Amino acid sequence: MKKGKLLVLPGMMWLAIFFALPMLIVVAVSFATRNSYGQVIFNFTLANYQRFFESLYLRIFITTIFTAIFTTVITFLMGYPLAYTIAFLPKKWQQPCLIMVMIPFWINFLIRSYAWVIILRSQGLINTFLMKAGLIVKPLALLYNDYAVMLGMIYALVPFMVLPIYVSIEQLDKRLLEAASDLGAPPMTAFRKITFPLTLPGIATGSILVFISSLGMFVVPDIMGGAKSALIGNIIQNQFLAARDWPFGSALSIVLGVLALILIMLYYKVLEGQKGGTNNEKELA
Amino acid sequence: MEEMVRLEHITKKFGNNIIIPDFNITIYDGEFITLLGPSGCGKTTLLRMIAGLETPTSGKIFLADQDVTSLAPYKRDVNMVFQNYALFPHMNVEDNIRFGLTMKKVPKEEQETRINQVLYLTQLETFRTRSPLQMSGGQQQRVAIARALVNNPKVLLLDEPLGALDYKLRKKMQLELKNLQRGLGLTFIYVTHDQEEALTMSDRVVVMHNGVLEQDASPDVIYHAPKSKFVASFIGENNFFDLDGNKALAIRPQKIQLCKEEDETSAGNNKVKYGTIVDVVFCGTIDKIYVRMDNSNDTVVAYQYLNDTIPWKCDTRVGVWWEKKDEVIVEK
Repeated sequence: MKKGKLLVLPGMMWLAIFFALPMLIVVAVSFATRNSYGQVIFNFTLANYQRFFESLYLRIFITTIFTAIFTTVITFLMGYPLAYTIAFLPKKWQQPCLIMVMIPFWINFLIRSYAWVIILRSQGLINTFLMKAGLIVKPLALLYNDYAVMLGMIYALVPFMVLPIYVSIEQLDKRLLEAASDLGAPPMTAFRKITFPLTLPGIATGSILVFISSLGMFVVPDIMGGAKSALIGNIIQNQFLAARDWPFGSALSIVLGVLALILIMLYYKVLEGQKGGTNNEKELA
Repeated sequence: MEEMVRLEHITKKFGNNIIIPDFNITIYDGEFITLLGPSGCGKTTLLRMIAGLETPTSGKIFLADQDVTSLAPYKRDVNMVFQNYALFPHMNVEDNIRFGLTMKKVPKEEQETRINQVLYLTQLETFRTRSPLQMSGGQQQRVAIARALVNNPKVLLLDEPLGALDYKLRKKMQLELKNLQRGLGLTFIYVTHDQEEALTMSDRVVVMHNGVLEQDASPDVIYHAPKSKFVASFIGENNFFDLDGNKALAIRPQKIQLCKEEDETSAGNNKVKYGTIVDVVFCGTIDKIYVRMDNSNDTVVAYQYLNDTIPWKCDTRVGVWWEKKDEVIVEK
């Protein structure tokens, strides 16, 4: 027993040094000030958190959250049918399809984002084609707006939704669907009453992965959003690099983190309620 | 007797594999019929075709004189008890049982009455709000049966429903199932590879082999008058002696008598063959005695009951005989 416990030591140390300690530093810095050279000076203040409530930052914050929610919903609507289809393909086709979903990960994210720029810009693939075809006279503004940012985020995050949902559908005991059909449930009803509730854990995992990733996303808005659409990720990145205001950047990070945590907890509560009808979880707990 | 299920020239292929070449059967109202055979003989496939979970490659399926061959499972008036129960893990016992009633839009009050009824029948009243995940195999089994029965199906299909239970519980559930079927007067189509189960429970046993119906008769006839060597060897143990042509002689081990080589008086006028005992196996109520016959490679097995007086030992020379009336002639 004692020897077994030693095995967790390396992992625990790793967490302590590379997770807990940095986290504490960020918390500490968020209550500090800086001098005009950008040096962090430790004298306790709440000013950084007060500054967050300035309308400029509040507005960006709310936009970020709505963008993240929207991205999550769209990736879910796209990802679930895709995962479902793959999970019900013959076994030999499932692996190639999953690899196709994952292949984009093998290419650097920055390069993939620039690829979108090449496709969407004024002299880009789409505009050139439409103009040559005589369908439009002047280029459409496809890039550097909120839609482009959303497109980029959805593009980047769909796999995070597909994979966990695929796993949960794949693990679903298909005989349950036969039983449902045998008991008189047409396919859609069987999906609603059996498949969907039993794959909620996969949906939860996928949604949280996508939601968290899109909250902190700054590369996509940077490259595809132009100057107009900044998300909170860009502001934080700015504080640490261009503005050299580490205390404010830290405060923003903490607020973002805490809010994400609260939203995720709320989300789990709602999911529990969804399954509620039977109270299995509660009884087991 | 009214006809309940009729299969007409059913065939089934999976790819190039012919699972069922040509199958015909008529099942009557109120019958307890068992499809019996080794795994891979097509019995489960047949059952799934009756349920609609599998489509026959050709042929027709009639349910109470209505052609249901191309009818989806959720539109058929049959219910199935699955091999591993297939209970819905996110619903409690009551909601599992209610599922079929909700689908058929049975009025709320009637739902309650019917659920109470099957809970009583299956002795599950105290488990109403339990999750199936918290129940033992035998209890889950009961839920699966209750969930099927509550729909008042014309036919109940049972796919090796007792396979996952331990020996004692299986014996108990066999009796309970049989009583349930008699009490409700329902048609049961039961699939199993357990010959003992088939013999104790059924009104009629259909023995299958490689998708072909080998014999269709009452348990008594199946046991005492098997038609083929396959049936004779699959149901219980048997000894075979080849005859001319494609016939063989089958004699049950409990009908084989042993006598000392030097003292054949017990055999009377019956013909005695000779051999050497090669093994004696203790099986509780009986000893199984294996005798290698002289001048052949045949080994004959005889059962000896505890009240038999001679303590047979290996390497002893013995005489083997049986009465003419215990001989069964089967096709090879």
